[in-house]
Amino acid sequence: MSETAALEVRDLHKHFNELEVLRGVSLKAQKGEVISMIGSSGSGKSTFLRCINLLEIPTSGDIYVNGEKIAMKPGKRGVATPADQKQVERIRSKLSMVFQSFNLWSHMTIEENIIEAPMQVLKLSRKEALERARALMDKVGIYEKRAYYPGHMSGGQQQRAAIARALAMEPEVMLFDEPTSALDPELVSEVLKVMQDLAEEGRTMIVVTHEMAFARDVSNKVLFLHQGLIEEQGHPDTVFNNPESERLQQFLASSY
Amino acid sequence: MLDLHGYGGSILSGAVITIEVALLSLIISMILGIATALAKLSKSTIAHGIAIVYTTVIRGIPDLVLMLLIFFGGQMLVNELAYMVGYEGYIDINPFVAGVLTIGFIFGAYMAETFRGAILSVDGGQLEAGRAYGMTGLQVFRRILFPQMMRHALPGFGNNWLVLLKTTALVSIIGLEDMVRVASLASGSTQKPFTFYLVVSVIFLVFTSISVGYLQWLERRYSASVRREA
Repeated sequence: MSETAALEVRDLHKHFNELEVLRGVSLKAQKGEVISMIGSSGSGKSTFLRCINLLEIPTSGDIYVNGEKIAMKPGKRGVATPADQKQVERIRSKLSMVFQSFNLWSHMTIEENIIEAPMQVLKLSRKEALERARALMDKVGIYEKRAYYPGHMSGGQQQRAAIARALAMEPEVMLFDEPTSALDPELVSEVLKVMQDLAEEGRTMIVVTHEMAFARDVSNKVLFLHQGLIEEQGHPDTVFNNPESERLQQFLASSY
Repeated sequence: MLDLHGYGGSILSGAVITIEVALLSLIISMILGIATALAKLSKSTIAHGIAIVYTTVIRGIPDLVLMLLIFFGGQMLVNELAYMVGYEGYIDINPFVAGVLTIGFIFGAYMAETFRGAILSVDGGQLEAGRAYGMTGLQVFRRILFPQMMRHALPGFGNNWLVLLKTTALVSIIGLEDMVRVASLASGSTQKPFTFYLVVSVIFLVFTSISVGYLQWLERRYSASVRREA
Protein backbone atom coordinates (compact mmCIF):
# COMPACT_ATOMS: atom_id res chain seq x y z
CA MET A 1 0.00 0.00 0.00
CA SER A 2 1.44 3.33 -0.96
CA GLU A 3 1.10 6.00 1.69
CA THR A 4 0.36 9.61 0.79
CA ALA A 5 3.61 11.56 0.89
CA ALA A 6 3.77 14.32 3.53
CA LEU A 7 5.20 16.58 0.85
CA GLU A 8 5.60 16.16 -2.85
CA VAL A 9 7.00 18.67 -5.32
CA ARG A 10 6.87 17.99 -9.06
CA ASP A 11 9.01 19.65 -11.67
CA LEU A 12 9.37 23.02 -9.99
CA HIS A 13 10.68 25.92 -12.07
CA LYS A 14 11.47 29.42 -10.87
CA HIS A 15 12.61 32.36 -12.97
CA PHE A 16 13.60 35.77 -11.68
CA ASN A 17 13.08 37.76 -14.88
CA GLU A 18 15.62 36.22 -17.27
CA LEU A 19 17.46 34.29 -14.58
CA GLU A 20 16.43 30.64 -14.30
CA VAL A 21 17.07 29.71 -10.68
CA LEU A 22 15.26 26.38 -10.60
CA ARG A 23 15.01 24.25 -13.73
CA GLY A 24 12.73 21.41 -12.79
CA VAL A 25 13.26 20.13 -9.26
CA SER A 26 11.15 17.33 -7.78
CA LEU A 27 11.11 15.95 -4.28
CA LYS A 28 9.05 13.46 -2.31
CA ALA A 29 9.13 13.28 1.47
CA GLN A 30 7.32 10.47 3.27
CA LYS A 31 6.09 10.99 6.81
CA GLY A 32 9.03 10.94 9.20
CA GLU A 33 11.69 11.42 6.55
CA VAL A 34 14.52 13.89 6.93
CA ILE A 35 15.79 15.22 3.62
CA SER A 36 18.90 17.37 3.47
CA MET A 37 19.54 19.68 0.57
CA ILE A 38 23.14 20.60 -0.05
CA GLY A 39 24.89 22.59 -2.72
CA SER A 40 26.97 25.72 -3.16
CA SER A 41 25.42 29.15 -2.75
CA GLY A 42 23.44 30.11 -5.81
CA SER A 43 22.47 26.52 -6.53
CA GLY A 44 18.82 27.39 -5.81
CA LYS A 45 18.31 25.31 -2.66
CA SER A 46 16.98 28.16 -0.51
CA THR A 47 14.75 29.38 -3.34
CA PHE A 48 13.36 25.86 -3.65
CA LEU A 49 12.53 25.75 0.05
CA ARG A 50 10.88 29.18 -0.13
CA CYS A 51 8.79 28.06 -3.10
CA ILE A 52 7.37 25.17 -1.09
CA ASN A 53 5.45 27.51 1.25
CA LEU A 54 5.00 30.10 -1.50
CA LEU A 55 7.16 32.81 0.01
CA GLU A 56 8.42 32.76 -3.56
CA ILE A 57 5.85 31.99 -6.22
CA PRO A 58 7.08 29.17 -8.46
CA THR A 59 6.96 29.91 -12.19
CA SER A 60 5.62 26.40 -12.79
CA GLY A 61 5.36 23.05 -11.08
CA ASP A 62 3.04 21.35 -8.61
CA ILE A 63 3.19 21.15 -4.83
CA TYR A 64 1.21 18.62 -2.78
CA VAL A 65 1.00 18.73 1.00
CA ASN A 66 -0.44 15.52 2.44
CA GLY A 67 -1.91 14.82 -0.98
CA GLU A 68 -3.55 18.26 -1.28
CA LYS A 69 -2.42 20.20 -4.31
CA ILE A 70 -1.79 23.94 -4.00
CA ALA A 71 -4.07 25.45 -6.64
CA MET A 72 -2.44 27.93 -9.00
CA LYS A 73 -3.98 30.09 -11.71
CA PRO A 74 -2.43 31.99 -14.59
CA GLY A 75 -1.86 35.64 -13.66
CA LYS A 76 -0.50 38.76 -15.32
CA ARG A 77 2.14 38.28 -18.05
CA GLY A 78 1.85 34.50 -17.87
CA VAL A 79 3.18 34.31 -14.31
CA ALA A 80 1.24 31.86 -12.16
CA THR A 81 -0.32 33.09 -8.90
CA PRO A 82 -2.00 31.17 -6.09
CA ALA A 83 -5.68 30.67 -6.92
CA ASP A 84 -6.91 30.70 -3.34
CA GLN A 85 -5.17 32.77 -0.69
CA LYS A 86 -7.15 30.99 2.06
CA GLN A 87 -5.75 27.65 0.90
CA VAL A 88 -2.24 29.10 0.86
CA GLU A 89 -2.63 30.28 4.45
CA ARG A 90 -4.01 26.91 5.55
CA ILE A 91 -1.18 25.02 3.87
CA ARG A 92 1.45 27.37 5.26
CA SER A 93 0.17 26.69 8.76
CA LYS A 94 1.10 23.03 8.18
CA LEU A 95 4.59 23.85 6.92
CA SER A 96 6.55 25.60 9.64
CA MET A 97 9.69 27.34 8.49
CA VAL A 98 12.83 28.00 10.49
CA PHE A 99 14.85 30.86 9.04
CA GLN A 100 18.55 31.51 8.76
CA SER A 101 18.25 34.81 10.62
CA PHE A 102 15.67 33.46 13.13
CA ASN A 103 13.12 36.20 12.31
CA LEU A 104 11.66 36.13 15.81
CA TRP A 105 9.24 39.00 16.35
CA SER A 106 11.36 41.49 18.20
CA HIS A 107 8.51 43.32 19.95
CA MET A 108 7.32 40.15 21.68
CA THR A 109 8.88 38.07 24.43
CA ILE A 110 9.92 34.51 23.62
CA GLU A 111 6.73 33.13 25.14
CA GLU A 112 4.59 35.61 23.19
CA ASN A 113 6.46 34.68 20.00
CA ILE A 114 5.60 31.03 20.49
CA ILE A 115 1.89 31.46 21.30
CA GLU A 116 1.27 34.07 18.59
CA ALA A 117 0.66 31.95 15.49
CA PRO A 118 -1.18 29.14 17.34
CA MET A 119 -3.59 31.76 18.75
CA GLN A 120 -3.96 33.86 15.59
CA VAL A 121 -3.90 31.14 12.95
CA LEU A 122 -4.98 27.93 14.69
CA LYS A 123 -7.37 29.88 16.98
CA LEU A 124 -6.14 28.14 20.11
CA SER A 125 -7.13 29.68 23.43
CA ARG A 126 -4.40 31.51 25.31
CA LYS A 127 -4.36 28.75 27.93
CA GLU A 128 -3.92 25.95 25.37
CA ALA A 129 -1.26 27.90 23.50
CA LEU A 130 0.64 28.61 26.71
CA GLU A 131 0.57 24.96 27.70
CA ARG A 132 1.99 24.02 24.31
CA ALA A 133 4.57 26.79 24.46
CA ARG A 134 5.82 25.87 27.93
CA ALA A 135 6.32 22.22 27.00
CA LEU A 136 8.22 23.24 23.87
CA MET A 137 10.37 25.83 25.60
CA ASP A 138 11.30 23.16 28.08
CA LYS A 139 12.10 20.75 25.28
CA VAL A 140 14.50 23.13 23.49
CA GLY A 141 15.97 24.35 26.77
CA ILE A 142 14.89 27.99 26.85
CA TYR A 143 12.17 27.86 29.49
CA GLU A 144 14.14 30.18 31.80
CA LYS A 145 14.30 32.75 28.99
CA ARG A 146 10.56 32.84 28.31
CA ALA A 147 10.10 36.44 29.48
CA TYR A 148 13.12 37.72 27.49
CA TYR A 149 12.90 39.67 24.28
CA PRO A 150 14.79 38.10 21.35
CA GLY A 151 17.28 40.96 21.27
CA HIS A 152 18.57 39.98 24.71
CA MET A 153 19.45 36.41 23.79
CA SER A 154 22.32 34.66 22.02
CA GLY A 155 21.89 33.49 18.43
CA GLY A 156 21.73 29.86 19.50
CA GLN A 157 19.01 30.59 22.05
CA GLN A 158 17.10 32.63 19.48
CA GLN A 159 17.23 29.84 16.93
CA ARG A 160 16.09 27.29 19.50
CA ALA A 161 13.21 29.63 20.36
CA ALA A 162 12.41 29.91 16.65
CA ILE A 163 12.31 26.10 16.42
CA ALA A 164 9.92 26.01 19.39
CA ARG A 165 7.78 28.63 17.59
CA ALA A 166 7.73 26.42 14.49
CA LEU A 167 6.87 23.31 16.54
CA ALA A 168 4.00 25.09 18.27
CA MET A 169 2.08 24.93 14.98
CA GLU A 170 2.31 21.11 15.13
CA PRO A 171 3.32 21.13 11.48
CA GLU A 172 3.16 18.26 9.01
CA VAL A 173 6.53 19.24 7.58
CA MET A 174 9.26 21.49 8.96
CA LEU A 175 11.33 23.55 6.55
CA PHE A 176 14.79 24.60 7.75
CA ASP A 177 16.48 27.31 5.71
CA GLU A 178 20.18 27.18 6.64
CA PRO A 179 19.32 27.27 10.35
CA THR A 180 22.90 27.39 11.59
CA SER A 181 24.52 29.63 8.99
CA ALA A 182 24.08 32.85 10.96
CA LEU A 183 25.42 31.39 14.20
CA ASP A 184 28.81 31.71 15.82
CA PRO A 185 30.62 28.36 15.47
CA GLU A 186 30.37 27.52 19.17
CA LEU A 187 26.58 27.91 19.08
CA VAL A 188 25.95 25.64 16.09
CA SER A 189 25.96 22.38 18.03
CA GLU A 190 23.19 23.35 20.47
CA VAL A 191 20.85 23.99 17.53
CA LEU A 192 21.89 20.84 15.66
CA LYS A 193 21.28 18.81 18.81
CA VAL A 194 17.68 20.05 18.96
CA MET A 195 17.21 19.26 15.26
CA GLN A 196 18.64 15.79 15.71
CA ASP A 197 16.16 15.12 18.53
CA LEU A 198 13.34 16.21 16.24
CA ALA A 199 14.54 13.86 13.51
CA GLU A 200 14.69 10.99 15.97
CA GLU A 201 11.11 11.51 17.13
CA GLY A 202 9.93 11.11 13.53
CA ARG A 203 9.35 14.66 12.34
CA THR A 204 9.24 15.21 8.61
CA MET A 205 11.98 17.72 7.85
CA ILE A 206 13.44 19.37 4.77
CA VAL A 207 16.76 20.90 5.72
CA VAL A 208 18.80 23.23 3.54
CA THR A 209 22.20 23.16 5.15
CA HIS A 210 25.95 23.59 4.94
CA GLU A 211 26.44 21.23 7.88
CA MET A 212 27.72 18.13 6.08
CA ALA A 213 27.97 16.11 9.28
CA PHE A 214 24.30 16.73 9.99
CA ALA A 215 23.30 15.81 6.43
CA ARG A 216 25.37 12.63 6.61
CA ASP A 217 24.41 11.44 10.09
CA VAL A 218 20.81 12.54 10.53
CA SER A 219 19.06 12.52 7.16
CA ASN A 220 17.42 9.65 5.29
CA LYS A 221 18.08 11.21 1.95
CA VAL A 222 20.45 13.83 0.57
CA LEU A 223 19.82 16.02 -2.48
CA PHE A 224 22.71 17.80 -4.14
CA LEU A 225 21.58 20.83 -6.11
CA HIS A 226 23.68 22.43 -8.81
CA GLN A 227 22.58 25.34 -10.98
CA GLY A 228 18.89 24.77 -10.38
CA LEU A 229 18.87 21.00 -10.96
CA ILE A 230 19.26 17.96 -8.74
CA GLU A 231 22.67 16.73 -9.76
CA GLU A 232 22.67 13.72 -7.48
CA GLN A 233 20.50 12.26 -4.74
CA GLY A 234 20.30 9.21 -2.57
CA HIS A 235 21.08 7.71 0.80
CA PRO A 236 23.67 9.76 2.69
CA ASP A 237 26.12 6.84 2.77
CA THR A 238 26.10 6.61 -1.01
CA VAL A 239 26.11 10.35 -1.64
CA PHE A 240 28.95 11.06 0.76
CA ASN A 241 31.08 7.93 0.30
CA ASN A 242 30.59 7.17 -3.38
CA PRO A 243 29.60 10.40 -5.13
CA GLU A 244 29.12 9.75 -8.85
CA SER A 245 29.08 13.21 -10.30
CA GLU A 246 32.28 15.13 -10.62
CA ARG A 247 30.64 18.31 -9.33
CA LEU A 248 29.50 16.61 -6.13
CA GLN A 249 32.99 15.18 -5.65
CA GLN A 250 34.43 18.69 -5.99
CA PHE A 251 31.77 20.15 -3.70
CA LEU A 252 32.41 17.56 -1.00
CA ALA A 253 36.17 17.97 -1.29
CA SER A 254 35.83 21.70 -0.69
CA SER A 255 33.33 21.27 2.15
CA TYR A 256 35.53 19.30 4.50
CA MET B 1 -8.99 86.50 39.06
CA LEU B 2 -9.12 86.92 35.30
CA ASP B 3 -12.30 88.70 34.19
CA LEU B 4 -13.73 86.96 31.11
CA HIS B 5 -16.83 89.19 30.92
CA GLY B 6 -19.12 86.16 30.91
CA TYR B 7 -17.35 84.49 27.96
CA GLY B 8 -15.77 81.75 30.09
CA GLY B 9 -18.44 79.18 29.22
CA SER B 10 -18.27 79.87 25.48
CA ILE B 11 -14.51 79.59 25.50
CA LEU B 12 -14.72 76.25 27.27
CA SER B 13 -17.26 74.87 24.80
CA GLY B 14 -15.03 76.28 22.02
CA ALA B 15 -12.14 74.35 23.53
CA VAL B 16 -14.25 71.18 23.37
CA ILE B 17 -14.87 71.83 19.66
CA THR B 18 -11.16 72.39 19.11
CA ILE B 19 -10.41 69.01 20.68
CA GLU B 20 -13.18 67.31 18.73
CA VAL B 21 -11.94 68.71 15.43
CA ALA B 22 -8.37 67.76 16.28
CA LEU B 23 -9.12 64.18 17.34
CA LEU B 24 -11.45 63.42 14.44
CA SER B 25 -8.95 64.92 11.97
CA LEU B 26 -6.24 62.83 13.58
CA ILE B 27 -8.19 59.63 13.00
CA ILE B 28 -8.80 60.53 9.35
CA SER B 29 -5.18 61.54 8.84
CA MET B 30 -3.91 58.28 10.37
CA ILE B 31 -6.10 56.14 8.15
CA LEU B 32 -5.19 58.17 5.06
CA GLY B 33 -1.55 58.23 6.14
CA ILE B 34 -1.21 54.48 6.57
CA ALA B 35 -3.15 53.77 3.37
CA THR B 36 -0.98 56.23 1.43
CA ALA B 37 2.23 54.85 2.92
CA LEU B 38 1.23 51.31 1.94
CA ALA B 39 0.26 52.57 -1.53
CA LYS B 40 3.65 54.23 -1.92
CA LEU B 41 5.35 50.95 -1.01
CA SER B 42 3.05 48.76 -3.11
CA LYS B 43 3.91 47.22 -6.45
CA SER B 44 0.77 48.65 -8.09
CA THR B 45 1.76 51.57 -10.30
CA ILE B 46 -1.74 53.08 -10.07
CA ALA B 47 -1.84 53.10 -6.25
CA HIS B 48 1.72 54.41 -6.21
CA GLY B 49 0.86 57.19 -8.67
CA ILE B 50 -2.21 58.35 -6.74
CA ALA B 51 -0.22 58.43 -3.51
CA ILE B 52 2.56 60.50 -5.10
CA VAL B 53 0.10 63.05 -6.53
CA TYR B 54 -1.74 63.30 -3.21
CA THR B 55 1.33 63.92 -1.06
CA THR B 56 2.92 66.27 -3.59
CA VAL B 57 -0.17 68.44 -4.03
CA ILE B 58 -1.14 68.62 -0.37
CA ARG B 59 2.33 69.28 0.98
CA GLY B 60 2.91 71.94 -1.67
CA ILE B 61 -0.08 74.17 -0.88
CA PRO B 62 -0.51 76.29 2.28
CA ASP B 63 -3.02 74.84 4.76
CA LEU B 64 -4.99 78.10 4.81
CA VAL B 65 -5.36 78.18 1.03
CA LEU B 66 -6.46 74.53 0.99
CA MET B 67 -9.00 75.18 3.72
CA LEU B 68 -10.53 78.10 1.80
CA LEU B 69 -10.38 76.20 -1.46
CA ILE B 70 -12.13 73.13 -0.09
CA PHE B 71 -14.71 74.96 2.02
CA PHE B 72 -15.75 77.76 -0.36
CA GLY B 73 -14.75 76.11 -3.62
CA GLY B 74 -16.22 72.79 -2.47
CA GLN B 75 -19.46 74.53 -1.50
CA MET B 76 -19.83 75.96 -5.00
CA LEU B 77 -18.88 72.71 -6.66
CA VAL B 78 -21.39 70.72 -4.63
CA ASN B 79 -24.18 73.18 -5.43
CA GLU B 80 -23.34 73.32 -9.15
CA LEU B 81 -23.42 69.54 -9.26
CA ALA B 82 -26.70 69.43 -7.33
CA TYR B 83 -28.17 72.01 -9.73
CA MET B 84 -27.04 69.95 -12.72
CA VAL B 85 -28.86 66.87 -11.45
CA GLY B 86 -31.97 68.98 -10.94
CA TYR B 87 -31.78 69.91 -7.24
CA GLU B 88 -33.22 73.41 -6.71
CA GLY B 89 -32.36 74.12 -3.06
CA TYR B 90 -29.06 75.37 -1.61
CA ILE B 91 -26.74 72.90 0.09
CA ASP B 92 -24.82 74.27 3.06
CA ILE B 93 -21.62 72.48 3.96
CA ASN B 94 -21.33 72.07 7.70
CA PRO B 95 -18.14 73.93 8.76
CA PHE B 96 -17.39 71.27 11.37
CA VAL B 97 -17.44 68.49 8.79
CA ALA B 98 -15.54 70.61 6.27
CA GLY B 99 -12.90 71.49 8.87
CA VAL B 100 -12.39 67.92 10.02
CA LEU B 101 -12.18 66.60 6.46
CA THR B 102 -9.79 69.30 5.28
CA ILE B 103 -7.41 68.99 8.22
CA GLY B 104 -7.58 65.21 8.07
CA PHE B 105 -6.86 65.34 4.37
CA ILE B 106 -3.91 67.71 4.79
CA PHE B 107 -2.28 65.80 7.62
CA GLY B 108 -2.84 62.45 5.94
CA ALA B 109 -0.12 63.51 3.51
CA TYR B 110 2.34 64.32 6.30
CA MET B 111 1.47 61.15 8.21
CA ALA B 112 2.07 59.15 5.02
CA GLU B 113 5.72 60.18 4.95
CA THR B 114 6.16 59.46 8.65
CA PHE B 115 4.57 56.02 8.32
CA ARG B 116 6.42 55.17 5.12
CA GLY B 117 9.77 55.65 6.80
CA ALA B 118 8.58 53.68 9.82
CA ILE B 119 7.35 50.75 7.73
CA LEU B 120 10.68 50.58 5.91
CA SER B 121 12.51 50.34 9.21
CA VAL B 122 10.71 47.10 10.18
CA ASP B 123 12.71 43.95 9.41
CA GLY B 124 11.16 42.28 6.34
CA GLY B 125 12.15 38.84 7.59
CA GLN B 126 9.80 39.21 10.56
CA LEU B 127 6.88 39.99 8.25
CA GLU B 128 7.85 37.00 6.16
CA ALA B 129 7.84 34.81 9.27
CA GLY B 130 4.25 35.88 9.93
CA ARG B 131 3.21 34.95 6.42
CA ALA B 132 5.14 31.66 6.61
CA TYR B 133 3.03 30.56 9.61
CA GLY B 134 -0.20 31.17 7.73
CA MET B 135 -1.15 34.62 9.02
CA THR B 136 -3.38 36.72 6.78
CA GLY B 137 -2.10 40.01 5.40
CA LEU B 138 -4.24 41.85 7.95
CA GLN B 139 -2.89 39.77 10.84
CA VAL B 140 0.70 40.44 9.74
CA PHE B 141 -0.11 44.15 9.62
CA ARG B 142 -1.95 44.30 12.93
CA ARG B 143 0.24 41.97 14.99
CA ILE B 144 3.74 42.47 13.56
CA LEU B 145 4.09 45.49 11.30
CA PHE B 146 1.96 48.03 13.16
CA PRO B 147 3.35 47.57 16.70
CA GLN B 148 6.92 47.72 15.39
CA MET B 149 6.45 50.63 13.02
CA MET B 150 4.82 52.68 15.81
CA ARG B 151 8.11 52.82 17.68
CA HIS B 152 9.79 54.35 14.66
CA ALA B 153 6.79 56.50 13.73
CA LEU B 154 6.09 58.02 17.15
CA PRO B 155 8.58 60.92 17.11
CA GLY B 156 7.35 62.13 13.70
CA PHE B 157 3.77 61.29 14.57
CA GLY B 158 3.99 63.39 17.73
CA ASN B 159 5.29 66.34 15.74
CA ASN B 160 2.46 66.01 13.23
CA TRP B 161 -0.09 65.85 16.02
CA LEU B 162 1.15 69.05 17.65
CA VAL B 163 1.06 70.91 14.34
CA LEU B 164 -2.39 69.45 13.58
CA LEU B 165 -3.74 70.54 16.95
CA LYS B 166 -2.59 74.09 16.30
CA THR B 167 -3.86 74.05 12.72
CA THR B 168 -7.41 73.65 14.07
CA ALA B 169 -7.24 77.40 14.75
CA LEU B 170 -7.78 77.77 10.99
CA VAL B 171 -11.33 76.40 11.22
CA SER B 172 -12.33 79.67 12.88
CA ILE B 173 -12.03 81.43 9.53
CA ILE B 174 -14.71 79.23 8.02
CA GLY B 175 -17.10 80.14 10.81
CA LEU B 176 -16.79 77.20 13.21
CA GLU B 177 -17.22 78.25 16.85
CA ASP B 178 -13.96 76.84 18.12
CA MET B 179 -12.16 78.58 20.97
CA VAL B 180 -10.12 80.80 18.65
CA ARG B 181 -13.31 82.08 17.01
CA VAL B 182 -14.93 82.67 20.42
CA ALA B 183 -11.86 84.57 21.58
CA SER B 184 -11.91 86.69 18.46
CA LEU B 185 -15.58 87.58 18.96
CA ALA B 186 -15.11 88.23 22.67
CA SER B 187 -12.07 90.43 22.20
CA GLY B 188 -13.94 92.38 19.53
CA SER B 189 -16.84 93.23 21.77
CA THR B 190 -14.89 93.79 24.99
CA GLN B 191 -11.79 95.45 23.47
CA LYS B 192 -9.61 93.07 25.50
CA PRO B 193 -7.73 90.99 22.93
CA PHE B 194 -4.81 90.33 25.24
CA THR B 195 -6.99 88.69 27.87
CA PHE B 196 -8.82 86.39 25.51
CA TYR B 197 -5.93 85.35 23.29
CA LEU B 198 -3.85 84.74 26.39
CA VAL B 199 -6.51 82.38 27.71
CA VAL B 200 -6.63 80.57 24.38
CA SER B 201 -2.82 80.32 24.31
CA VAL B 202 -2.79 78.82 27.78
CA ILE B 203 -5.45 76.27 26.84
CA PHE B 204 -3.46 75.27 23.74
CA LEU B 205 -0.37 74.96 25.89
CA VAL B 206 -2.23 72.71 28.32
CA PHE B 207 -3.41 70.49 25.46
CA THR B 208 0.04 70.25 23.88
CA SER B 209 1.75 69.58 27.23
CA ILE B 210 -0.63 66.73 28.00
CA SER B 211 0.04 65.39 24.48
CA VAL B 212 3.79 65.52 24.94
CA GLY B 213 3.53 63.61 28.22
CA TYR B 214 1.29 60.99 26.69
CA LEU B 215 3.57 60.61 23.64
CA GLN B 216 6.56 60.05 25.90
CA TRP B 217 4.65 57.33 27.72
CA LEU B 218 3.74 55.72 24.38
CA GLU B 219 7.35 55.83 23.20
CA ARG B 220 8.47 54.06 26.35
CA ARG B 221 5.79 51.43 25.90
CA TYR B 222 6.57 50.70 22.27
CA SER B 223 10.30 50.48 22.89
CA ALA B 224 10.05 48.01 25.79
CA SER B 225 11.69 45.29 23.68
CA VAL B 226 14.76 47.36 22.85
CA ARG B 227 15.43 48.90 26.26
CA ARG B 228 18.67 47.72 27.78
CA GLU B 229 17.43 47.22 31.33
CA ALA B 230 14.42 45.11 30.29
